[in-house]
Amino acid sequence: MANIMIRQNAAGGLVFYLPKRDLEAAINSIEFDTPEKWGGELKLENGGSYYVDPIAKPPRLPISVRAKRLGAAED
Amino acid sequence: MAALTREETAALIQEVLEVYPEKAKKDRAKHLMINDKELESSKKCITSNRKSLPGVMTMRGCAYAGSKGVVWGPIKDIISISHGPIGCGQYARAGRRNYYVGTTGVDAFCEMNFTSDFQEKDIVFGGDKKLAKLIDEIEMLFPLNKGISVQSECPIGLIGDDIEAVSKKAAAQINKPVVPVRCEGFRGVSQSLGHHIANDSVRDWIISNRDGQAFESTPYDVAILGDYNIGGDAWASRILLEEMGLRVVAQWSGDGTLAEMENTPKVKLNLLHCYRSMNYISRHMEEKYGIPWLEYNFFGPTKIKESLRKIASFFDDSIKEGAERVIEKYTPMMDAVIAKYRPRLEGKKVMLYVGGLRPRHVVGAYEDLGMEVVGTGYEFAHNDDYDRTIKEMGDATLIYDDVTGYEFEEFVKACKPDLIGSGIKEKYVFHKMGIPFRQLHSWDYSGPYHGCDGFAIFAKDMDLTLNNPCWNLMKAPWQKAASEAEKKAA
Repeated sequence: MANIMIRQNAAGGLVFYLPKRDLEAAINSIEFDTPEKWGGELKLENGGSYYVDPIAKPPRLPISVRAKRLGAAED
Repeated sequence: MAALTREETAALIQEVLEVYPEKAKKDRAKHLMINDKELESSKKCITSNRKSLPGVMTMRGCAYAGSKGVVWGPIKDIISISHGPIGCGQYARAGRRNYYVGTTGVDAFCEMNFTSDFQEKDIVFGGDKKLAKLIDEIEMLFPLNKGISVQSECPIGLIGDDIEAVSKKAAAQINKPVVPVRCEGFRGVSQSLGHHIANDSVRDWIISNRDGQAFESTPYDVAILGDYNIGGDAWASRILLEEMGLRVVAQWSGDGTLAEMENTPKVKLNLLHCYRSMNYISRHMEEKYGIPWLEYNFFGPTKIKESLRKIASFFDDSIKEGAERVIEKYTPMMDAVIAKYRPRLEGKKVMLYVGGLRPRHVVGAYEDLGMEVVGTGYEFAHNDDYDRTIKEMGDATLIYDDVTGYEFEEFVKACKPDLIGSGIKEKYVFHKMGIPFRQLHSWDYSGPYHGCDGFAIFAKDMDLTLNNPCWNLMKAPWQKAASEAEKKAA
């Protein structure tokens, strides 16, 4: 489990940021994206994927959440 | 002479790597790339932020350098204690030329060295008592300090001193912030982690100090983050922002104060110059206080204009008009600078190797002067920095991460740049090779280089360096006479 931050970039896309490893990557897809349920599996452009427990859609980004890495560590 | 082609650059990298043993070669190959503007992400082409190989000559610093030297050091009314043996503080003292207004030793303390001067007995019995005593002494001798930060050197982490407990107790006693910073030099692979640790300590101990307090704000409040006022850089940036109608509440951290930092959460926009060293705190303020942040670049007229317009787009029409007014006002001045120096610098090739920001930020300024950057690299950048660099640099140019002394020399021999921009550690090597050199960390004791006024100085300095008559005197007179005589004979 690691603390991550999800923010919105200027183009409106979501960006994943892992402070511990200074890893920044665009989020290609998010499993759940509805007002009631937001989160699930995040697929990153660098090939990695992380799992965030679904929550109600946050009213404002960025938000820090706990995430679990799925699969092997990416560079 | 044109820059190298893609094939030539690839061959050069192969040739340079040839001398390494197999394992080192494999590792170093990952840190060198040939630029391809089409790429979106640098990840597949370059590896960064990894431990330097034992045995090679690296130019990196340590976490303490990143925290005390870069982030905390320039805050003028906070006393940063170098906690540990005396050398770390003394040999880094006042090395970065962070200018400030104030009376040193009375209300400003950047150029002074405060240290606990660890001896053997402190290593054996612990240095906590010494630290407490040191803080008392500081309070007595320098009562106008606004706060104290404790910058740990390596032994503090090794012997496990509890500087947090001492700091908490001292803070309650003197009623000022006392910030323990765990920036022991052995942490991380370069000074980059020091920046991160320093940012985190600011987040934990400083940033929320004035939450809920009244603050007379305007809709045009901004903060300058990641400008360390080297040779007056932040001042040259600040006047442009103020002229366009913004109010600069805080400078982080060149010529900055504790009060400014505590007031930063009240601003409307954080302007981030050095992304590498201050993105952490910007991200935190974005999340906690909802302050957007924006990377900008005040090197060279093209980038200044672009940045001013980008900054103005966050505000109403009066600021947008202000930006246009500022651009209009300074354009004739900058055009005159270009008209004067461009003919003298046109077509010259530059190679860069700097810290975490300038290898990409100064490219625009060189291009404005008609110069071409043929190679660039960072000491301690991460992949997000390289993502940004790919777009700034020309196709098929050389990009090197944490370059070794040997590699850099070989690259220079092959690329034959007319000017090299790097730091003091590289300077004399290249001087002896007869290549014009400018220090891009400390501006070679000149500056400022940011902003419109800075650009004039930048152009003048580059001209003075490149067209200095001394470069024609690199050959001894008798050798020259012989070669000329041969020419005549032929």
